[in-house]
Amino acid sequence: MNVVAVPGSLDHQTVDGLLDAVAAMQEQRSLFDARHVRWIDPNGMVALLAAGSVARDRQGALPRLELPESVDVLGYLSRMGFFREAQGIFDFDGHPPRRASGTSDVLLEITQIQGNADVHKVIDRVQSGTGAVLASKLHYPATAVVPFSVILSEVCQNIIEHADASGWVAAQAYNWARRLGRYVVVISVMDLGRGFRGSLTEEHSARYGDRWGDTTALEAAFLHGLTRFPDSGRGQGIQQMRRQVQRWNGAITIRSGTARIGQVPEWDDSPPLVDTLEPFPGAQISIILPARVDE
Amino acid sequence: MSDVPPDPIAIDVGSLVQKTVTSLYSHLVTRPTGRAVRMAIETQLSGAGQQSLSLIDLSEVTILDYSCADEVVAKLLQRYLHERAHEAFFVFCGVHEPHRDQIQVVLERQSLVAVGETEAGSFELLGAPEPIEASSWLVLEQHGLVTAEDLTDLYPDEDTRHALDRLVERRVAFRSPVSGRYHALSRLVRHLL
Repeated sequence: MNVVAVPGSLDHQTVDGLLDAVAAMQEQRSLFDARHVRWIDPNGMVALLAAGSVARDRQGALPRLELPESVDVLGYLSRMGFFREAQGIFDFDGHPPRRASGTSDVLLEITQIQGNADVHKVIDRVQSGTGAVLASKLHYPATAVVPFSVILSEVCQNIIEHADASGWVAAQAYNWARRLGRYVVVISVMDLGRGFRGSLTEEHSARYGDRWGDTTALEAAFLHGLTRFPDSGRGQGIQQMRRQVQRWNGAITIRSGTARIGQVPEWDDSPPLVDTLEPFPGAQISIILPARVDE
Repeated sequence: MSDVPPDPIAIDVGSLVQKTVTSLYSHLVTRPTGRAVRMAIETQLSGAGQQSLSLIDLSEVTILDYSCADEVVAKLLQRYLHERAHEAFFVFCGVHEPHRDQIQVVLERQSLVAVGETEAGSFELLGAPEPIEASSWLVLEQHGLVTAEDLTDLYPDEDTRHALDRLVERRVAFRSPVSGRYHALSRLVRHLL
């Protein structure tokens, strides 16, 4: 049996290791050992679902998930809707805590994106409460809920239009007191589709010749707005997301295949390009929006 | 033949989204939603004759993403820009701050221009006009109507007069085929606001 040790802290900084481990796995059934998880963010949760799905499809059996021992983490996973989405992906024992009814502190619980109706659902959900979070935690103006919603809409549509597969989105606000000294909102969107290279190959690979690969495909889409559609109105989503994230001094990274590209602000020490990852299907997008600091 | 286009048609996009997208959601997001709304607008215009002027009202739309802006604004304009059988003019109202960037971006990307009401009663030329087109449009907008007699006073050099004609070609100004007078589109739809 393949055993995947899930890091104790599973967030945007550690998910690559988890995805790499799953990408390199053999065909025996897998065990995801999450017993020691003490901290998990939307990137970690959605990556766990993506990793479990890849293991399931490759091995023809539901991988086993050993649930975190921490009651707090279990409760948080439950509030984020993780266990609902994990049905059919993981085999796990026990009865995860039920989600409490009533008001939740969750900005956007894990939502599967399969079609355009799901994007409408996401945009509808974030209209209530998100404005207050963006204003109170990030000190963004009250109108920021509109560009925030537009980012979410464009990033979710990326799954439908380019992946030809389903994916998930989730978002939450955190106090990064030690890491950054202020609040952030973390948005994670991942799919298991054909990835950027797969989406762009037919239309654009010829002009790149031997250089064509995951890195050049990501650069083509992320930096130059290329898309597989000949329509010149296409390809704006990622460009405009980058622009808005930059306005908010945020970070955006996209992993696809063996590469990860990013637009990183001065507070983030992530490299802008990594091209030595294990080949993982689809695309994994992380956006981090920090609280505004008055000059 | 009248000096101005037929009575403008008011099209409430907020209500069209709800009628067109068979759901309870009223946000103008996702490309299929935008495409469906654009096609609904085109259907409304299909019986409008040789000329039409439409006031596209975005004031009830809360969220407008780039994909929808491309479909409902840019592709709608492109669809009629070179259409000779149906000369369609559009004014977009309710282009307030939350929508402005999306509309500006899609117009610039396609090198288009459009007249938008950006604040109550205040109109702007959005998109990618040449500087001389922008200044020529502003003169027309300030006067509302430019007659043949006014033309050389208001547009003293030939370049600005050519720019005014280009604005007509780009469908952001109307020139009467009867009198030759130039009309600001905002003036022609003002009674609907």
